[in-house]
Order: sequence, then C-alpha cells, then structure tokens
Amino acid sequence: MSVSRFWRKIPQRYNLIGTQCTTCGRYFFPPRTLCPDCRRSGRIVNHKFSGEGTVVTYTVIRSASDQFEYATPYVLAIIKLDEGPRLTAQVVCPPEEARIGMRVRGVFRRVAADGESGVIHYGTKFVPVEGEDILL
Amino acid sequence: MRDVAVVGIGCTEFGEHWGASFRDLFVTAGVMALQDAGVAGDELDALYVGNMSAGRFVEQEHIGALIADYAGLASNHIPSTRVEAACASGGLAFRQAVIAVASGMEDIVVAAGVEKMTDVGTGASVDMLASAADREWEGFAGATFPGLYAMIANDYMHRYPLTREQLAQVAVKNHENGARNPIAQFKNRITIDTVLNSSLVADPLRLFDCSPITDGAAAVVVVPLERAREYTDSPVRVLASAQASDTIALHDRRDISTLDATVVAGKRAFDQAGLEHKDIDLLEVHDCFTIAEICAIEDLGFCKKGEAGRLTWEGVTAIGGDLPVNTSGGLKACGHPVGATGIKQVCEIVTQLRGEAGSRQVDAEIGMAHNVGGTGATVVVHILGV
Ligand SMILES: [Zn+2]
Repeated sequence: MSVSRFWRKIPQRYNLIGTQCTTCGRYFFPPRTLCPDCRRSGRIVNHKFSGEGTVVTYTVIRSASDQFEYATPYVLAIIKLDEGPRLTAQVVCPPEEARIGMRVRGVFRRVAADGESGVIHYGTKFVPVEGEDILL
Repeated sequence: MRDVAVVGIGCTEFGEHWGASFRDLFVTAGVMALQDAGVAGDELDALYVGNMSAGRFVEQEHIGALIADYAGLASNHIPSTRVEAACASGGLAFRQAVIAVASGMEDIVVAAGVEKMTDVGTGASVDMLASAADREWEGFAGATFPGLYAMIANDYMHRYPLTREQLAQVAVKNHENGARNPIAQFKNRITIDTVLNSSLVADPLRLFDCSPITDGAAAVVVVPLERAREYTDSPVRVLASAQASDTIALHDRRDISTLDATVVAGKRAFDQAGLEHKDIDLLEVHDCFTIAEICAIEDLGFCKKGEAGRLTWEGVTAIGGDLPVNTSGGLKACGHPVGATGIKQVCEIVTQLRGEAGSRQVDAEIGMAHNVGGTGATVVVHILGV
C-alpha cells in the first residue's frame, strides 16, 4: 500500500477511531462520512471505540499475498465491536484456538511489511479475552 | 424496449496461455463469435469489453480502444467501452450490450470478456484479486479472496447443516462436467478424497474448493430479436437482464452467508421474464469457491437456505439431475479468467439451448446465468431462452 494511502488512515487504524451519526445514533467502523440510513440529514462525528468485541466468523489464512507471507498462517476474522459495527482484522492466537463467539479486544500491532526495507504498516489486531465467550 | 437475441458465440480454451498475449486471446474469441454469427466486422455498431484488471495483470489500461484496434476495427471508429465490476465484469459487459440493443441505440453489438492472469506470480495475483473486496479495510488486514469466502463458509457451516463432504461434492461434480467440456482448464475427474486431501488455503477451504488462475476470453454477438434470423437459424432470446449491488466489504453485509445482491438480482430477473423457478432448465452460477455455488443456488431461490449441500450430494444439480448447475464445469473446472467468466456462462447457456453441448448436453429451453463480483458487491443475472 502506498505511503500516502496508509498515512491518511493512521488515526483510525492506530486508535480504532470511527464515526457516529448523531442523528440516528448508529456507529461506523470503518468510518463513514455519510450515514446510509439518514444520508444527507445525518450528522457525523468521530467516535473512539472501546475495542472490545466478538468474533462473528473467521478463517486461517495459509496462502497469502506477498506482504503477509511472513505471518502465515494467521487468523483473520470478522469482529463485531460492542458498539455494533463489524470490521475485518487479524486475531493473535494459535489457529486451533480461534472460534466463533470468542471475545476479543483490540491491540496495536505490526500488520504488514513492504519487503525487507519497505514501509512497515501498523494497525489494530485483536487478542482473545480469557474465559469469555458469547454464543452466536 | 426491443427484444434482444444472441446470434453468435466464441470462447478460447481456458487455461495457462503462456504463448498468447492479452490481445491474442481477445481476437481469437471475437473472431469465433463473428464467424458463428456470420457477421462482418464492419457491420458492428459497438463493443463492450468486460475486464477486471488488465492494468495490474498486464500493465495495460485503455482496453476498449486496444480491443477495437486489434479486432481490426480502428478505422471503423466504433464506440468500444470497457466495463469493470471485478469478477462480474463479463456479465456486466453483456448487460450493457443488451441494454444498448434493447434501447434502439445500437443494432449489432459484441459483448466480450477477457483476462490474462498468468503473466504475474501467484502472490501478486492473490493481491490483485483481493482488490475486488475493500482494499483499505479488508485487504489491509490481510484478507485474501479465498479467505473472505472461507469466512462465509465458516459462518454458513456454523448455522446450517452442511458437511465438508457435501461441500467437496460441488468440486467433484464440476470437474465431472468440465471433463466433458473441450474449453475447460481442468478435464480431470476428481473424488471427494482429492478435495479433502488437498492443501488448506484458508480454513475450511482447500485448494480444490477454489477456482484457479486462468487466461481466457469469450465473446457473443447480440442483435434485435426481429433481425436475429438474418444471422442464425437458432437465435437465443434474452428474457431478462438484472443487476444489483451491495456493500463492498463482507463485514458490512446484513447476513454474512446470504448474498443479498444475488437475492435481489434473481428476483428482478424472474419478474422481468415472468418466469418461475420450475421454468429454469439449467443454471450457470458463480462458483469461484465451492461455498459460493451452495449460496448461489439458495440465494437465487431454488431451495431453502441450508439445503443446497444435500441437493448437491443427492445429484440434483448434476447433469441428468432435475436442476443441472454449471454444466460447463463452472469456474472450478473451466477456470476463472475473471473478466471473461460472465460471457463464458452466456456461451454455455447458448450452447446448451442450441443443443450443441455434446456429452454434457441437457434437455433445456431456458437457462439462467449468475455472475458475482467480489464477495457479492455486484451481481448480474440473465435468463435466456429459445
Ligand atoms: Zn444516521
């Protein structure tokens, strides 16, 4: 990913900052600047998410693109944040421990590297929260 | 609006064409389609070309003009337009051609699809295909295309009674069909064990659950129905052309394992044609992964959610079953040159409706083609009949 394209999203990726439509109350992550429900009458403000959520579904990526080859195999999941929105992120855990319904929380981690001397991308990954599960 | 018919089809063999270039592939398919229709190049009014990512696969943009040029039509100055909707690019190019003819704006139009994918390495092509989903918020996290469909599969298997063996049967059936199709990339029959012993790509999907990296091109000629008999004794009518969109990212879908765009496009197509499910004699669906075929059969409404695995296992969707699905071999066995797939589906339906499908022939008067872009952000559905 180009440096400018990555740089533009740093606040959101580093701090799980998304948005909220104060007209209808709906939260967005990844952030949206237009509410799909209220559209032009929606008022959008930034919102920092708590980072706690639940695994909706997941997979173990065993064949990746070049940028992620260093990390394979890795757990990729769709996570539903407690505020409602869902996002795609990696879960840092052994592949055999990943499950649907697993409680997770966001942490700041290295996500990808553009080769040996290229840009290193940081962002949010998730780690299991011990002992908690939600039945989906 | 005028009624529209397909009067000519052409398709290259799908596979690894290391000796042929992007433009070679297109010209081969285009010439076949024109010959089939008995149309001269200078009779063409317009060209629509489905292509996903020539800019990245072969570092060439401006595909519309390139194709018109190498089709020998530069001096005719016909309008030539590239259409892009990831893996639904071909189906969408066909839809644009149908709209152009139906509107009365154009008379004789070629819709084509082409992709040359083997000029880059596997890691690079995995990255390019991931751009059919949300690059900034799915690709960034390390989502691959098989990975996204694997998450659909895990969600589906968590909620519905689909066994790993039933899922594998989709690939077994499609290889059986592909073995009878001269243009298929894979003409080898496989067993459940072949699928279950192949390497894991993204759990639970294995190598034989995935469509391959493929080069290929396909083209069709469409004209107003009232003029179709000038070109062929066996015109195939376009009974419906429907399209729908949905969120680009899988995580934003209403339901992870229902492709709402398929549900909506399917309904629109049935409404347009004034037909019911029992009227459809064969179905070409977008089986980029085995789970995608299961979802497609259900989301198009041919059975309830959760039942397509059992129907596949029981042979209902095989050649000779009540609802043959992917008689061509599908994307799994035919190969999936992304921009060409939607046109190849139309070619297969036309071949079957003309009764020219040889050992994979089914008894059919009406067929449906279902083409998906990304994980379901674009869906195009066509119904064709004789
Ligand atoms: Zn709102």
